[in-house]
Amino acid sequence: MGDINPILLLASLMVASTPILFAALGELIVERAGVLNLGVEGMMITGAVVGFAAGVGFGSATMGFIAAALAGAALSLIFGVLTQYLLSNQVATGLALTLFGLGLASLIGQSYVGIRAPATVRLDIPLLSDLPVLGRILFRHDFLVYLGLGMVAAVWYFLNRTRAGLILKAVGENHEAAHALGYKVVRIRLAAIAFGGAMAGLGGAYLSIIRVPQWTEGLTAGAGWIALAIVVFASWRPIRLLVGAYLFGGITVLQLNLQAAGARVPVEILSMSPYLVTIIVLVILSAGRGGAALGAPGSLGRSFHASR
Amino acid sequence: MMRLERRPQPSEAWSWATPILAVVLTMIVGGILFVFLGKDPILAIRTIFWDPLFGSFASYTRPQLLVKAGPLILIAIGLSLGFRAGIWNIGAEGQYIMGAVTGAAVGLAFYPSEARWLVFPLMIVAGAIGGAFWAWIPGILKVRFGTNEILVSLMLVYVAENILAYAALGPLKNPEGMGFPGSRNLARWDTTANPELIAGTGMHWGVAFAFIAVIAAYVLLSRHTLGFAIRVTGASPRAAAFSGVDPKRLVILAMLISGALAGLAGIFEVTGPAGQISIDFGVGYGFTAIIVAFLGRLHPIGILLAGLLLALTYIGGEMAQLQLGLPAAAIQLFQGMLLFFLLALDVLTNFRPRFGADAAA
Amino acid sequence: MSEVLLSLKGLTKAYPGVVANEDVSFDIGAGEVHALLGENGAGKSTLVKTIYGLVRPDSGSMTLAGAPYEPTEPSQARARGVAMVFQHFSLFDALNVADNIALGMEKPPPMGELAQRIRDVSEAYGLPLNPSRTVGDLSAGERQRVEIIRCLLQDPKLLIMDEPTSVLTPQEVEILFHTLRKLREEGTSILYISHKLEEIRALCETATILRLGKVVATCDPRETSARQMAELMVGSVLHVPERAAAPPGEVVLELAGLSAPSPRAFGTALKDVSLQVRKGEVLGIGGVAGNGQDELLLALSGEMRTKPQMVQLKGQPVGHRPPDARRALGLLAAPEERNGHASAPDMTLTENAALTARVRKKLSRNGFISWRRSKGYAEEVIKDFDVRTPGPGNAARSLSGGNLQKFVIGREILQAPEVLVVNQPTWGVDASAAASIRQALLDLAAKGAAVIVVSQDLDELMEISDRFAALNAGVLTAPRPAKGLTMEQIGLMLGGAHDMHEAEADHA
Repeated sequence: MGDINPILLLASLMVASTPILFAALGELIVERAGVLNLGVEGMMITGAVVGFAAGVGFGSATMGFIAAALAGAALSLIFGVLTQYLLSNQVATGLALTLFGLGLASLIGQSYVGIRAPATVRLDIPLLSDLPVLGRILFRHDFLVYLGLGMVAAVWYFLNRTRAGLILKAVGENHEAAHALGYKVVRIRLAAIAFGGAMAGLGGAYLSIIRVPQWTEGLTAGAGWIALAIVVFASWRPIRLLVGAYLFGGITVLQLNLQAAGARVPVEILSMSPYLVTIIVLVILSAGRGGAALGAPGSLGRSFHASR
Repeated sequence: MMRLERRPQPSEAWSWATPILAVVLTMIVGGILFVFLGKDPILAIRTIFWDPLFGSFASYTRPQLLVKAGPLILIAIGLSLGFRAGIWNIGAEGQYIMGAVTGAAVGLAFYPSEARWLVFPLMIVAGAIGGAFWAWIPGILKVRFGTNEILVSLMLVYVAENILAYAALGPLKNPEGMGFPGSRNLARWDTTANPELIAGTGMHWGVAFAFIAVIAAYVLLSRHTLGFAIRVTGASPRAAAFSGVDPKRLVILAMLISGALAGLAGIFEVTGPAGQISIDFGVGYGFTAIIVAFLGRLHPIGILLAGLLLALTYIGGEMAQLQLGLPAAAIQLFQGMLLFFLLALDVLTNFRPRFGADAAA
Repeated sequence: MSEVLLSLKGLTKAYPGVVANEDVSFDIGAGEVHALLGENGAGKSTLVKTIYGLVRPDSGSMTLAGAPYEPTEPSQARARGVAMVFQHFSLFDALNVADNIALGMEKPPPMGELAQRIRDVSEAYGLPLNPSRTVGDLSAGERQRVEIIRCLLQDPKLLIMDEPTSVLTPQEVEILFHTLRKLREEGTSILYISHKLEEIRALCETATILRLGKVVATCDPRETSARQMAELMVGSVLHVPERAAAPPGEVVLELAGLSAPSPRAFGTALKDVSLQVRKGEVLGIGGVAGNGQDELLLALSGEMRTKPQMVQLKGQPVGHRPPDARRALGLLAAPEERNGHASAPDMTLTENAALTARVRKKLSRNGFISWRRSKGYAEEVIKDFDVRTPGPGNAARSLSGGNLQKFVIGREILQAPEVLVVNQPTWGVDASAAASIRQALLDLAAKGAAVIVVSQDLDELMEISDRFAALNAGVLTAPRPAKGLTMEQIGLMLGGAHDMHEAEADHA
């Protein structure tokens, strides 16, 4: 096991965490608005395939990412219309979105199996990237790694420092009261859902265009579900979400490295470790505390219908 | 503009009409999709929905209907009990796999015994226990620690898939298999085989269990206090607690039942249609069963019909794949679409749409 | 006074099956405290929501300060100087006071400045409030202050108050009235919605009385008797419950040092609650909402388990027993929330009958429910309690509040309980249904059952209780004979006026 390079490990941790970071940040906003969208996996994989296809088609990774975000948002709006206007059950609709997204992605992806992803430009930050050790870990990544970090800060600022963020939290906390004050609950939630979809799409495209980088069936392998778990882990707070995503990314990278290094542990046990760790973390975090103490938004998952 | 107005009580008529309407809409939109894929929509719809029952290969495909519907119905019945009470076990795929692996392991431990009277029932019990155990984990974690059962049961699917791969390549690998992955063929070994019970029908033990499950669930939900507890919990958790339902006990019970039924589906599949433990044993029945459960409106009879319908789309989809070159994924998309339409139309059961100027408010 | 601030002309709003407001016209003068009076379902809420821009009228018009006024959303109403304090507070538990206030303002100043203004205004009006506290931790009175200050910060011309005193102790009501009178002196008009006649007589100059959506009278409440107004409101002569005096019997239910944490977030823990209830007695428990009433009911119904000795039924410890075991022994309960706690709204009345009557009415055998017997029992309840519904096959949510409440109370009473605990038995129920429910409770006690009535309606408790106790922050006062208690004594039992320091200590 001596051939695991800790510097490379840490550098790839940031890359491994990025797709989940995007998806989880999007879902965090959705849940803060009081909506539980379990379709993250479906939106991610759709984003992955659409982003890949657009990236190949236009020969540009950037176009791929834009297309992925749009595709994720479009898909999420199906969920939005169903749950917000037609008042369908959010759990069932989210599951439907995942099943639908998986089907859609594999249909679109058929003709893209085995094709190479368009090249992306790595963003080496001048001077900083030449730093010993730290330069390699922190400052030699693609643009989206930095965008992800930027989004964490942006979401934090939005939720804690802006009036729009306060309104979003209010809608998620008590939709009846927000309605009584004249806020457009449904419209605000739709916007949050679309943002969540776009972020999930970006996360998916990061997998197919940069991380893997090619299209394969079932590419996301539960990353969307892990993103959902990380939102709970983070108690709906962006900074803790970053910690959660890095923790998960770290385990993924570590187990992959151990596999490559030929550790004397069955490969399957290593591959299941990220999921097991997610469960364990959920348990530790939930132990002895109710949903409200965890900081779950008060109206999370409940349908809103303005009566008299 | 349209406005929704809550009905004083759910509409009985719409609760029956929406699934049918959803199927029709799915066919129409699916047809449009087929046009985009460059296929003749009428032909494609016919190949999927008509030919498996009455086409030229019907004698082969008709029995397949029960073979596919059996596990779907068995799993969906179990899921529906939990869903009705707001307990979201969505990891049935994992429980299905674990049922198969546990049951198969017990059977293979007796190889080459010929005591079918002992080994086969033991395998069935082991399968049920394996599935129930896998569902018990998210249940007990929810009860003890308040962990979200949706996420845990789903994570356990991925864990189960890895266990399956490990079993197929390691401990359960056929020693006489010339190095190929996968276990001995259980369907071809008399002690463990789950054969067709009535020739030409596709009816095997798993299908029989599915029918029994439908009847049992029907009686449970309509007459038994446990069924009543499940329904009240789903309709109004606080009213249920007031009535005396112990929500924690109910969570464990619902998880155990749904896990056991998924495990049963797994063991009957691995001893019959699938034949062996192999890496690709999990084909998504556990997820499709979620669609079956909702399409059947979480009602046992509805689930029976929905199970048959989705089995038809599987078989028809395969035929369309062979005959028309329709991509396999199109069927998956089709099934997802069906669920979307159902959920969208569901609003009509509880709300009345109002159109026109009146809707301005 | 003579100048008109808001004028309503011919406002009509119909919902399917019910006309909420029909041709409603009246004027509110500048600097006037105007009462809007009416029973539940008389159309007060719809009218108020129309003025606040939450509901658009089908026809009719409004004029505010001489200019046409047609708000399509609350922000427009607020921009024109109309502010509203809601009956069910429009507050966000997890956010702090300043955030909550900012959400109700059009253009809130930066947080630091806002916090200072909250402190200034709250002191100026004698309503102390700490801007950084989390709203979920505040008492009901303090929560109302948040709503009021939110309105005051916008210098409203018209302040609408929807049933503001229903959650306040008598002393807190005095503080509120003091604030409102001060506002009137400053020229603010107040539209005051209530069904409490004495309050209106003490505070308002004009009263508009609504019945079934129509204005039936306008009067000067200072010169009209409470009884006259009540009859205008109800449209008939009120029936006062009567009871046959019976000497109280032996103790059937005893709570001994009942302490338990609340199962809910932002709930109130019960602290060393002790009491005894005798056969044939009605014990009234008063208190402002959120002081442990829900928790007390849960501990008695069996939804919340405690140490066995804490709840004793006929000398037998039952604190650890589940609801059905308690029912078997004769302890029955009816929670406050009839829709979703006492009944499952989407289920039929037959199913709701089976909800609590399985044991005592033998509706199930060997785990199997007899729907025939359940239907029979539902029909019995419907008949004996005059529940207006097409039949037992209808969903609970299709019933009006009063009818569902009669069904829920009747379902328990017809099971012949030895002890019945009810929480807010007549909340949101029309006057005639309320009267018949109170009568039924008195009749039950007359037959020898012990009845505990938990309520926020002090008039109701004084009317039917033999003894009275008050819950305050989870602590129960010693019960005292109800006869002869003055409002001031009751107020002191309820904990007097909560000021900040007291409230903070309560939650520590």
